[in-house]
Amino acid sequence: MASFTPTVPTPHPTTSRGRRDDLPPVVGGGDGGRPDSGEPDYGARLRRARLGLAIALTPIVMLFVAFTSAYIVRQGLPTFDPNTNTVVHDWTPVPLPTVLFLINTCVLLLSSVTIEFARRQLARQVALEPVQSIPGVSLGTESRFPWLGLTIILGLGFLAGQWLAWRELAARGFYVATGPSSSFVYLLTGGHAVHLLGGIIALLAAGAAVVLHRPLASRRIIVDVTAWYWHFMALLWIYILALLEFAR
Amino acid sequence: MVAQESHQHGAPQGFIRKWVFSLDHKVIGLQYYFLALTAVFVGMFLSLLMRIHLIWPTAMLPLLGEIKPETYLSLVTMHGTIMVFFVLTTAPQGGFGNYFLPIQIGAPDMAFPVLNMLSFWTTFLAYIVMLSAFFVVGGAPLHGWTGYAPLSALQSSGPGEGLGADLWITSIALFCIASLMGALNFITTTLDMRAKGMTMWRMPLTCWSWFITAILGLLAFGVLLSAGILLLMDRNIGTSFFLPLGTINGQMTGHKGGSPLLWQHLFWFFGHPEVYIAILPGMGVASQVLSTFSRKPIFGYKAMVYAMLSIGLLGFMVWGHHMFMSGMSPYSAFAFSIMTMAIGVPSAIKTFNWLGTLHKARIRFQSPMLFAIGFVSLFVSGGLSGPFLAQPALDIPLHDTAFVPGHFHLIMGVAAIFGIFAATYYWFPKMFGRMMDEKLARIHFFLTLIGTYSVFMPMHYLGLAGQPRRYSQLTELKYLHPLIGLNTFMTYAAIVTVAAQLIFLFNLFWSMFKGAKASDNPWEATTLEWTTATPPPHDNFGGRTPVVHNGPYEYSVPGAPRDYVMQTDPATVAAH
Repeated sequence: MASFTPTVPTPHPTTSRGRRDDLPPVVGGGDGGRPDSGEPDYGARLRRARLGLAIALTPIVMLFVAFTSAYIVRQGLPTFDPNTNTVVHDWTPVPLPTVLFLINTCVLLLSSVTIEFARRQLARQVALEPVQSIPGVSLGTESRFPWLGLTIILGLGFLAGQWLAWRELAARGFYVATGPSSSFVYLLTGGHAVHLLGGIIALLAAGAAVVLHRPLASRRIIVDVTAWYWHFMALLWIYILALLEFAR
Repeated sequence: MVAQESHQHGAPQGFIRKWVFSLDHKVIGLQYYFLALTAVFVGMFLSLLMRIHLIWPTAMLPLLGEIKPETYLSLVTMHGTIMVFFVLTTAPQGGFGNYFLPIQIGAPDMAFPVLNMLSFWTTFLAYIVMLSAFFVVGGAPLHGWTGYAPLSALQSSGPGEGLGADLWITSIALFCIASLMGALNFITTTLDMRAKGMTMWRMPLTCWSWFITAILGLLAFGVLLSAGILLLMDRNIGTSFFLPLGTINGQMTGHKGGSPLLWQHLFWFFGHPEVYIAILPGMGVASQVLSTFSRKPIFGYKAMVYAMLSIGLLGFMVWGHHMFMSGMSPYSAFAFSIMTMAIGVPSAIKTFNWLGTLHKARIRFQSPMLFAIGFVSLFVSGGLSGPFLAQPALDIPLHDTAFVPGHFHLIMGVAAIFGIFAATYYWFPKMFGRMMDEKLARIHFFLTLIGTYSVFMPMHYLGLAGQPRRYSQLTELKYLHPLIGLNTFMTYAAIVTVAAQLIFLFNLFWSMFKGAKASDNPWEATTLEWTTATPPPHDNFGGRTPVVHNGPYEYSVPGAPRDYVMQTDPATVAAH
């Protein structure tokens, strides 16, 4: 391999982006705080998991943006009817089971509150963990209320309520394939339900972590990330409900 | 080893944990690479069948018999799908990105190793489902890799549109989920796992290209997934998202009120960013290799990054240029046309900077460099026909002719493949600890370069002469008779090009076991992967964490003891 000798020796090496000693020496890496060896600490893991969640929410947003644009475009789109050789507007607004939807909304919002309590409860437990091991230190009455379990029950309650809403829609004669409008109602609510089910599975995994005696910190990270996901699901549901209600 | 115990997950011992369900990003990268390697040979085989059919439509092929028109369409579909998804999306990003992104930024692994493993195995499942479409009743689907409705939305629209099409859509949906998991991992890793001193502006351009590609994938694959779900619902539970009222083969379909255009919008909103997902990693590799073998810093590092970012951004605003023929308001067509031609600007910046890097350089013409130069050549000659097709007035006559396959094969197919080859020859020593045979590599390069140009350049001419694309039997058409000679030449060129790939295959596997031993830094390159052992240990840097002091392309540094300065060389080394 050919070797290369600089033709003009200069006293200080200059790189393409200025003199090297002008550059900030070693700061600014993304993981600058990472210890030189070993597992990343709890704070770094939590930060990484939250970042991952924020990124994971992006395609979910894109999925519902795509559904929404399809919904809006389809709504205003006249279609050709070969029977009459005319262009017709065939969009029939679906009578939503509004009362049931509002009850479900309340259940979901309530679960969003309970999961927030669960998140903060675990955060406190993690913060107090080192103190607890000191003999003679009493922490007073730390709440042991099963917020997590309550959230799972409320989440399942919401899904059951959605199921009832679909039953009611079907009873009114609006099935998945009845018309474009009813297809979209099922698609949007069903898509949301599938995503919420994912959140429930994550909470069950956090519950399993208790049973399996996994470290408290790991459990806290799962619950923290799921809580943010859950809040997002609540927001998403309100958005979907508003879309279906106001853009029929 | 202490180093390995301190890693997030210890070095696995058993064969299954080490090579099959591995959490190690390097093994997963190789798994992706070899998946793409099998896929590219399947895809090439299908294209050979198509080329043979185009000039000898009634030939009786051994084992396959005569290729019927519907078989030809399923070849078109499966060739396109396998090449786009399982080769061009998989090898540069899943393969090399997985292997080298963590090493180049100084991380011990990806941010979420389990997710990484899941991502590969979901891709693998998608690949198996895709291939199984060949072997079901009716065979593989006919609707092309774009899957236009209503052809793709009805079970009865043709042979292959039954179970075969369902498998095709399922495979695409699985691939979307896998790609989303991969993109999530790439972005988190890039943002959160860089070593001390590795600022964003000190990342190699390869890392930038994988990062930007991951962002594109994150935004695009969700939309394709939504389109796939709607299509599956139309096919299997009777909804009418994409199906207007109508009859197929004389029978009422029972659907009404859907819009076939909706599919095209959703598909191309994914489909156009997808072509950048295929080509951006190639741009990154070309930049890296051109700089290394020119022994010069890359010309305009920041301009390269901004150009990639603007290509990515513009890529989301131009999907309509695939639909000029589908019925579109001239005002929208005009907007899409302007946006599309605007992509020429960042592309030209990149080309200019590559040429600027080569200008007055002491070039080392080794095999990675040859392929990187080939990449630039193909990028230019394939890209130049882009502004033609970006104009509705020209696109309308050219759209369904061979001109379009000529254009996108050069720029998206072959250029991206050259990027993969450049990456293979460049990183092979690091991955396997041995050098690839240089003589065979050169033969492979020249045969492939001349071969691919001979296949795809004439396609532009065929298109201008009016040869339609996707048609199975063209030899009967009188006005195309003068073109049969050229078509025959292209088929022979394709056979030679495919044969040349066997040289590559032999070189790859022979060198893996018998090649000359490689040193840790055979190309005298500066980025972090060349500071570690060859092949890299389980945690990439053997227990230490690299500290970065320099930019990625410090070649021919005046006053430095060698003609290059590694990213990890501390500033004190050369200070007097």
